[in-house]
Amino acid sequence: MKKNWPLWEVFVRSKNGLEHRHFGSLHAADADMALENARDVYTRRNEGVSIWVVESTNITASNPQNNGELFEPAQDKVYRHPTFYNLPDEVKHM
Amino acid sequence: MKNQNLYNYILGIADNSLILGQRLGELCGHGPNLETDIALTNISLDLLGQTRSYYQYAASVAGDDRTEDDIAFLRLERAYKNVLLVEQPNDHFGFIMGRQFLFDMYHAMLMEALQNSPDETLAAIAKKGIKEVSYHLRFSSDWVKRLGDGTQESHEKMQEAIDGLWKFTDELFHTTEADLAMIEAEVGVDVRTFRDSYYKKVGEVLTEATLIIPESKYFQKGGKEGIHSEHMGYLLSDLQYMQRTYPNMKW
Repeated sequence: MKKNWPLWEVFVRSKNGLEHRHFGSLHAADADMALENARDVYTRRNEGVSIWVVESTNITASNPQNNGELFEPAQDKVYRHPTFYNLPDEVKHM
Repeated sequence: MKNQNLYNYILGIADNSLILGQRLGELCGHGPNLETDIALTNISLDLLGQTRSYYQYAASVAGDDRTEDDIAFLRLERAYKNVLLVEQPNDHFGFIMGRQFLFDMYHAMLMEALQNSPDETLAAIAKKGIKEVSYHLRFSSDWVKRLGDGTQESHEKMQEAIDGLWKFTDELFHTTEADLAMIEAEVGVDVRTFRDSYYKKVGEVLTEATLIIPESKYFQKGGKEGIHSEHMGYLLSDLQYMQRTYPNMKW
């Protein structure tokens, strides 16, 4: 057994109709073991109805050094934000 | 006691879960890695949960003032009816998975049959336990295959574990006086009827794991009749320590 198994990210759908959400990560030798480990580590208390696992190396992540260009658009371009609509009172959660 | 045979029959099933649960519990914090450690402890908790249901039922069958805790903690060694297989001390991880696999296969078949018992309580416990037990079986079979069909070292260790544990498998199908009485009363499961299919299914997994099925015809038994191996006393002194030292203490 290698000292370090690869890292896997675990996504769990807590209810039908909801999306899978990231629950955490774990170590496993392959996908089957990752699923079983996910079951043991994350879904022992009725947390979910479906599990996805994906090897962490397969995830392409943004570089924090690029946060500026990715997440901080110029705030002065007001037309980018849909703030000019009058929402009826009945519409909630917008 | 009016129904001594039923009482003993329940303990015959329950004690296996208690003792294997205790063995797995000893590993808490000692698993090969965090994920496997949690898995072993989960299996231990499943088994202890089942044990409680059986002991509560046994206590009500006994009909006196004994409780599930008395049954778990205050019997002498000879009164425990578990098979020798489950009391064997923890060794390397392959050994632990081998022990688990040889028991899980039996346990799953027993639960499958027991859920059809006309005894409603036993049937209900079996029905509830069967999901847990099938997961245990899946987990332990996967590990037997992984290690058997893994590296040369893991293969050798797995083979050695199976060879060493094989002599305890026959006892799973031994029938005690209480077993026979309960089979007669059509409440209990006649485990002898699935002996062949047990060995067949175990053989299939071992073959897939590239392991050799042991051919030894030498088997050990005794646990079901209360004659345990030398390891049992140490296990019980751990298990019973708290109740023996502080009688009647509660959490």
